[in-house]
Amino acid sequence: MLASFLASLVECVEALTVVLAVGVVRGWRSALAGCAAALLVLLLLVVSLGRALARIPLHEVQLAVGALLLLFGMRWLRKAVLRAAGVLALHDEDAIYRREMQILRGEAVAVQAWDRLAFAASFKISMLEGIEVVFIVLAIGAGHAGLLWPASLGALAALLVVAALGLVVHRPLARVPENTLKFVVGVLLCAFGTFWAGEGMGYAWPGGDWSVPGLVGTFLVVSALCVPCCRRLAWETAR
Amino acid sequence: MNWLRTVLTELWGLFVDDGRYALAIVVWLLLAWRALPLLGFGSGWNAFVFAAGLLAILVESAIRRARR
Repeated sequence: MLASFLASLVECVEALTVVLAVGVVRGWRSALAGCAAALLVLLLLVVSLGRALARIPLHEVQLAVGALLLLFGMRWLRKAVLRAAGVLALHDEDAIYRREMQILRGEAVAVQAWDRLAFAASFKISMLEGIEVVFIVLAIGAGHAGLLWPASLGALAALLVVAALGLVVHRPLARVPENTLKFVVGVLLCAFGTFWAGEGMGYAWPGGDWSVPGLVGTFLVVSALCVPCCRRLAWETAR
Repeated sequence: MNWLRTVLTELWGLFVDDGRYALAIVVWLLLAWRALPLLGFGSGWNAFVFAAGLLAILVESAIRRARR
């Protein structure tokens, strides 16, 4: 539930930034409708794919989901390490918000009741970020029996938290330590991905489920140690 | 068909941003699945070697990118 909550929190913050920009510039009705339509499509995806996954034998699901989680999580973790080391630029929600506002202001203002541009922009960003949430929920939920509900609840809680904060502050959530969250989520996804892929291959992890905290700790320590190394290497290369 | 291309590109982008890195993970998964058990280390050791390999791939890729 924690992995799903934190990962979804990051994606929801990114979606909120654009939905806020659309709502402020083009009006809230179409912006919120686009967001709601995307949420409906994503909900249908979770329900239908979740049921389909439950019919496949557990070992095969664990191997496939573990492999996908590893590809996804290792990409996140590597990016978070490189951002923490200053090799890649940090995600700047304020800059994205300003850029989106500028693009939307440049478009002709809608005269009809439904602003297609606002609907499409809001739908697109909610779908793009939401697809990542759906993947994380399904991947975490498919690893063991009975995990789909906690994973879904974690994602739903993140959505509610971000929506509530967005309502209160009416600004992009620039103070959320997004890279730190991505770092933590990357570590969790890598640990779960390694564990499930290993189980799917038929390996017996020492200590059973207790090896998951060990994998979390190991990924965390190794990637944290990687940050100063990458910073030093980037600095030496730049000289 | 433009929207389909966008969807497929986004889906691909979920898992791959550095082709070499993604390929290394997939190759290591296949080796760990099919070749590692043939070495006869035992199941617990195989799991340990599998995790160590993934960590090595992560570190190598991050260092390679930092050097660029």
